[in-house]
Amino acid sequence: MNRMVLAQQLRNQAPAAGAAISLAGVEAVCDPSGALFLPAFDLLCVSDLHLEKGAAFARRRQLLPPYDTAATLDLLEAALARRNPAIVVSLGDSFHDRAGSGHLPLPYRERLKGLMRGRQWIWITGNHDPDGVEGLEGETCEDVSFGPLTFRHEPKAGQARGEVAGHLHPAAAVTRREKTVRRPCFATDGERLVMPSFGVLTGGLDLGHRAFDGLFDRQNLVAHLLHGGRVYTVPAARFKG
Amino acid sequence: MDEGPNDRLPPVFERWFEEKGWSPRPHQIELLKRARSGESTLLIAPTGAGKTLAGFLPSLTDLTARGKIPPGSAFTGIHTLYVSPLKALAVDIERNLMKPVSEMGLPITVENRTGDTPVHKRQRQKLTPPDILLTTPEQVALLLANGEAARFFRDLKYVVLDELHALVTSKRGHLLSLGLARLRKLAPDVQTIGLSATVSDPMELQRWLVGQPEEGRQNAGLVTVSGGAKPQITILQTQARIPWSGHSARYAIPDIYETLKRAKMALVFVNTRSQAELLFQELWTINDDNLPIALHHGSLDVGQRRKVEAAMADNRLRAVVATSTLDLGIDWGDVDLVLHVGAPKGASRLAQRIGRANHRMDEPSRAVLVPANRFEVMECRAALDANYVGAQDTPPIGEGALDVLAQHVLGMACAEPFDADALYGEVISAEPYHALPRETFDRIVEFVATGGYALKTYERYAKIRQTAEGLWRISNPAVAQAYRLNLGTIVESPMLNVRMVKSGGKARFGGMMLGKVEEYFLEQLVQGDTFLFSGKVLRFEGIRENECLVSPAFSFDPKIPAYAGGKFPLSTFLAEQVRGLLADPGTWGTLPDQVREWLEIQRLRSILPKRGELLIETFPRATRYYMVAYPFEGRLAHQTLGLLLTRRLERMGLKPTGFAATDYSLAIWGLEDLEGVDFADLFDEDMLGEDLEAWLAESFMLKRTFRNCAVIAGLIERRHPGKEKTGRQVTVSTDLVYDVLRSHEPDHILLEAARRDAATGLLDIARLGAMLKRIRGHITHMALSRVSPLAVPVLLEIGREPVSGGADDAILAEAADDLIEEALTVDDV
Repeated sequence: MNRMVLAQQLRNQAPAAGAAISLAGVEAVCDPSGALFLPAFDLLCVSDLHLEKGAAFARRRQLLPPYDTAATLDLLEAALARRNPAIVVSLGDSFHDRAGSGHLPLPYRERLKGLMRGRQWIWITGNHDPDGVEGLEGETCEDVSFGPLTFRHEPKAGQARGEVAGHLHPAAAVTRREKTVRRPCFATDGERLVMPSFGVLTGGLDLGHRAFDGLFDRQNLVAHLLHGGRVYTVPAARFKG
Repeated sequence: MDEGPNDRLPPVFERWFEEKGWSPRPHQIELLKRARSGESTLLIAPTGAGKTLAGFLPSLTDLTARGKIPPGSAFTGIHTLYVSPLKALAVDIERNLMKPVSEMGLPITVENRTGDTPVHKRQRQKLTPPDILLTTPEQVALLLANGEAARFFRDLKYVVLDELHALVTSKRGHLLSLGLARLRKLAPDVQTIGLSATVSDPMELQRWLVGQPEEGRQNAGLVTVSGGAKPQITILQTQARIPWSGHSARYAIPDIYETLKRAKMALVFVNTRSQAELLFQELWTINDDNLPIALHHGSLDVGQRRKVEAAMADNRLRAVVATSTLDLGIDWGDVDLVLHVGAPKGASRLAQRIGRANHRMDEPSRAVLVPANRFEVMECRAALDANYVGAQDTPPIGEGALDVLAQHVLGMACAEPFDADALYGEVISAEPYHALPRETFDRIVEFVATGGYALKTYERYAKIRQTAEGLWRISNPAVAQAYRLNLGTIVESPMLNVRMVKSGGKARFGGMMLGKVEEYFLEQLVQGDTFLFSGKVLRFEGIRENECLVSPAFSFDPKIPAYAGGKFPLSTFLAEQVRGLLADPGTWGTLPDQVREWLEIQRLRSILPKRGELLIETFPRATRYYMVAYPFEGRLAHQTLGLLLTRRLERMGLKPTGFAATDYSLAIWGLEDLEGVDFADLFDEDMLGEDLEAWLAESFMLKRTFRNCAVIAGLIERRHPGKEKTGRQVTVSTDLVYDVLRSHEPDHILLEAARRDAATGLLDIARLGAMLKRIRGHITHMALSRVSPLAVPVLLEIGREPVSGGADDAILAEAADDLIEEALTVDDV
C-alpha cells in the first residue's frame, strides 16, 4: 500500500495506533501518518511536506503529475482529524521551492487555510523554503522550543538533546530471510529525533548514509517504520535478522 | 542472369578484385543490381559471407562515379548513412571499409560518429559532412532533432542497417524506425539496405525497411545467401553427476577447462553476469597452466573491457568468459571454439553466438554446449537439433512503444515546428507504428506538451505549443537542450561505481575503479559482506557519494551479484522442441544415461506428458501439499501464472502459501490438499482479466517498467542542463510518481505504455495467454503419493526466491516481534 490510500485508512483507525516513545523525557507518539504528536503540549509536528513539488518540477519543464499537493493535504487533514492539536509545527521544506507558496492554486490555499483555522501554526523555514511562506497565516521562524524540545529543519551536527529535526527523510531497511524491506521511519535514540518526510512525492535516505553519521547514539538508535497504516518499531541493532 | 549494365562493377573495382584473387560473390552483385534499379533490399546471409562489402558496394560504386566534390562547391550532405547497434561495430566497420577505399584510391570520405566522438569533430561533420557516415540509432535521432537536419540529409541515397535482426525488436529499433520515416521525408528517394542474420519471418524486416502506405503494405526486396558450412556442435561429455537444478554448471568446470586447453582461443558464453563472474572465478582456481583467461560483461569498467577486446584482437588470450556483450558481429581475433554454458534459451541466439567462432563462411564453427542441469540437457539437445534444421525463433518486432514515440515527437519539434497531421502520417509509415490510432497519437502529443493530465494546470509550462498557424513548436530553447541530454531508449537501473580501497574503507580517494553494480543489490549488503565482482571476491566497505567502496576479501563463499538483467526466457520454439523430446522416448538415444534414467523413472512413477498436453501432478510432502505443472513457457510466464493461480486458490479457500517457477515448470504449495481442484477451471483463460488487473496494480514489476517508460518518454529527466548530479539522492522517485498517477489518473497514457511493455516483457502475458488457450481441454492430472522425478528440479528452487503477497508486512512484523521475544526471554541466572 502506498501513501495515496493511507489518508482513507487513517480516518477509520483508532487514534491510539502508533508508537509511544519518550523523547528527552517528553512523552510522544509516532503516528502512522508520519506525524509526531506531543500530548503534553497538544502539538502535532509534520516535516518535509514538499507541497507543490510537481508544480516546482513543471516550472523546470518536467511535467510530473499535478496531484501531489492534493494528496499530501488529504494526509495532513487525516492526521489533524485524528489528534485535533492546538499547535501545529511544520518543520521546514513545507513547500518544494521558494515560488511554491506564492503560486499555490486557490483551492489548495483555501483547504490549507481551513486546516489552520483555530490552531497556532508555526512554519519552520527549510532549505527549500528559506523565506517562509507567502499568503498564509502562521508564524515563521528558524526554530522553536517547547519545554526541553527544540524544533528545527536541519539537524545540528553532533548530538543534540531534545532536538526534533527533519530534512534528511530517514528510511530504514529491514532484512529477514534474505529479503529487504525499506520504509520511511522516525529515527530516534531517545535524546533527539529525525522525522520522516510527510509529502507524498518525497523519497527516503537510508539511515546508513553518512549524512546520519554522529547524529545518534547508535547503541540506542530505534527506527519506527511506516508501512500500510502501521508503525513497526525496530532497533538499529536488529535491522539485519 | 540479365547481363545489363546494372550488374557491372566499375573497372577500378574489377581490377581490385582481380589483384586480390577474389571474385565478387553473386549476392554482392545481385544486391548492387537491385540497388541500382532503385529497390530497397534485405540481405540475409550467414557470418563471413561478405555482408558488409555487399551492403556498401552500391554506395562505393555510386560515389566513385560521382567523383570528388570540387572545392568551393555548394554544401553537399551525406550520401550514405550506416547504422549499427553497437558503437564498437561502427568503429570496426570504418577500419574494414577504409581498406578497399584506400587500396582502390576511391574519392570517398568515411567517418564515424558515436557518443565518443569529440565535440569539435561533430561540429565539423555538420559543416562538412563525410560521404559515408557510420553511426548508431541514438546519433541518428540527435542529427534529426537538429535544425540543420533537412540540409544535412537532403542528398542521402542509401541507409545501410547492420545487424538489423538485433535492432528491430528493441525500443532502439522503434526509435530508428521513426527516424527512418523522417529520413524518407527529407530525402524521398532514399533506399535502404538491411543486413541481417537468418530470421524466422523475413517479411517483417522487409516491411520495416520501407515506408508503409496508408492502405495496403509494401516491402523491400530479399536476397538470401543460404549455406555456410554447418557448425559442429556437441554437448559436453562428462563423467560427473549432472545436477537436478541450478544454473552454475559447477560440476562441469574440470571438463570445461580441459576443453579450453585444447582450443587456440575460446569464447565461453553464459546467460547472466553473475554466471560469468562465478565461472571465471572457478576456472582460475583450477588454472594450473596459467592460461590467459579473461572476463567480459556489461557491468565492467569500459577501460577494462577495451583492454580485453584489444588482447583478443591480438590473439593474446586463450579464453574469454562473456555475456551477450560479445554477441554481435565484431571480429575479435581467431576464435576457434565457442563454449556455451547454460542452456541457450533460443535457437537463434545459439546460432548467433556459435557464429563468433571461425569467421569464415566455408569453414565450420566448432561449439560445445554445457548444460547446467538435467532439464537443460534436454534443452541443449533440442537446440542442437534446431540448429541443424536451420530453424529460427527470433522474436517478432512488436508494436511500437509509446514512450519512444513521445521522445520522437519532442525531437521532431526540436528540429522544426511540425504539423500534427503530417507527423502522424509520417509516424504510421513506420512499420512498428503502422496500426497506431490517431487518437493515441494525439494523446502522445498532449503528453509531450503538458504531461497529458486531465487536470490542466501546466499549460503555462508547456514544452511544445501550437503557433497561430497550428504548428507545434518548442516553447523554449532549453527544451531542445534537455531533449539532447536525455535522448535514448536504454535505461539502466541506478548504478554505483565500484572502487577498491584498503580494508576498513579508510582511503578517501585513489583506488582502482572496477565497474558498476546496481544500487538495489548493494542495499542488501552490510559492511563485511562479500560478493563476486570483476572476477574477484570483494568485501563491501560501504557507500560514499555515488561510489561503492570495496576491499579485497579472502572469503571463498561470496554472495554473488544477483543482477536484474541478462535472463532470457526459453523461446517458444525451443519449448516446443523440448516438449517433443520429452514426449517421445524414441528420441532419447542421444541423451546421457543419467538423464535417460531420470525420464524412465518419471514414466514409471507418473507419466510423460504428450506434446500438446499440460501435465499437472499433485502430491503431499512433509507437512505441505504440492501441485506441479509443466507448461515449459519460460520463467517469466510461469511467475505470472504462479501469482495468478495463488490468488485464485486463495479465493477457493485452499490456502496456498507459496510458489516457485523455473523455465520448465511451476510449483505451488499450501496447507490444503489440491488433489480435488477442478484444474480446467483453475487454468481458465479468464484469469488474464480481472485477477491480472488487480495484481498488476501493486506489482513491483510494473513499477520497474513504468520507470523506464517515464524516463524514455521524458517525464523524468536523467540529466538536466546546468544541474550537477546530487549523488545518491534522486530528485524524485518514479515509484512515488507511479503511485500518484495510478490513484489519480489510472488511464494516463504513460501507465498504458507501462502496461503494454509489461505484458510483452517482464510478465510475458502474451505467451501465457497463448499457453492457456493451447492447453484448454488438454490437462492431465496425476494424483501421486509422493514427489515425481520431474518435479524435483522446481522443488529445489524453493526458498531461493521467496515470493508472496504480504511478504513485506511479514518481514516488518517479524523484525518488530523480535523485541517481544527479547522482552519475554528470561535470562539464566
